[in-house]
Amino acid sequence: MNDVIVVTSGKGGVGKTTTTANVGTGLAASGKKVVLIDTDIGLRNLDVVMGLENRIVYNLVDVVEGNCRVKQALIRDKRYPGLYLLPSAQTRDKSAVNESQMKKLIEQLREQFDYVLLDCPAGIEQGFKNAIAGANRALVVTTPEVSAIRDADRIIGLLEAASMERIDLVINRMRFDMVRRGDMMTVDDVADILSVPLIGVIPDDESVVIATNQGEPLVGNHTMAGKAYYNLCMRILGQEVPYLGCERSISFWTKVSGIFHRSQEGRV
Amino acid sequence: MRLPNFFRRRTSREVAKDRLKILLISDRVNCSPEVLELIKKDIARVISRYMLIDAQNMEIQISKSALRGRGGKNPSLYANVPILDLHKIS
Repeated sequence: MNDVIVVTSGKGGVGKTTTTANVGTGLAASGKKVVLIDTDIGLRNLDVVMGLENRIVYNLVDVVEGNCRVKQALIRDKRYPGLYLLPSAQTRDKSAVNESQMKKLIEQLREQFDYVLLDCPAGIEQGFKNAIAGANRALVVTTPEVSAIRDADRIIGLLEAASMERIDLVINRMRFDMVRRGDMMTVDDVADILSVPLIGVIPDDESVVIATNQGEPLVGNHTMAGKAYYNLCMRILGQEVPYLGCERSISFWTKVSGIFHRSQEGRV
Repeated sequence: MRLPNFFRRRTSREVAKDRLKILLISDRVNCSPEVLELIKKDIARVISRYMLIDAQNMEIQISKSALRGRGGKNPSLYANVPILDLHKIS
């Protein structure tokens, strides 16, 4: 059975859309047939992050309401064979779609694609319920901040209550220079608190902002975030990939060299 | 190398971790820290009838399930009660 993965977080602005774009692109780049669905009706953004905003004709609500066929609404990403986007509607709101309509649509797409990725809106209301309705896997995105972790915990509780088959944790915007100073929770701290399996750690990297500016996912390129997203994709595909450099623990020697190489701080 | 505790300032990482742990316990069970404190006192009172316990250092915790995400949706309450004397005759 092909996987339907919802990317969710509870809190807004932690990187759900960026994660969806990069994971989707990474999976497509490794030869899978992938469709990305933006479920954030009224506040669509996956299209701009993917750089496909000029090619939208029909959207999710049009498909659900029967104004067009699914195939007509799918935008093919010309950069990667097998990568498609189903954009959200910008002029409607979350109540335009319900859970059974989402399930029906996903069942249809699941037969044609290896991976269906759903970009979930922030919050725990109707939009969240729609996004998780047809999914069998979840990526919970959080940042190492108290508010984001609290919301992630709430989301994990709701996903468990909804009998989600598999829930994995993605920690975004790690700053290892701050971890070294004792001013940011470590990857292990966050993973322990939330007690779900960790599947990816993305360093805080300005190249993410640059990539978003250009509408070009950075997965697989030479940047730290690009490499981290690539590793995340490989783990989703079932491979064992070690965590980058100092992603996990800070050894004694890292600390010592950190003192002598202050100029390299933030390199992660 | 770490300096002894009394020289070391608590890092903001430790503060965040401790705050979150307490916060999530009450979030998960929808139960305030005050209520947990009352439960703790009641448990201590009952057990004290049978043995001498160290009520100051007992801990209680409510978690969603022992192994999260692997079956067992019912929350459970864990109490860690240090016993000072098992054979207290009251």
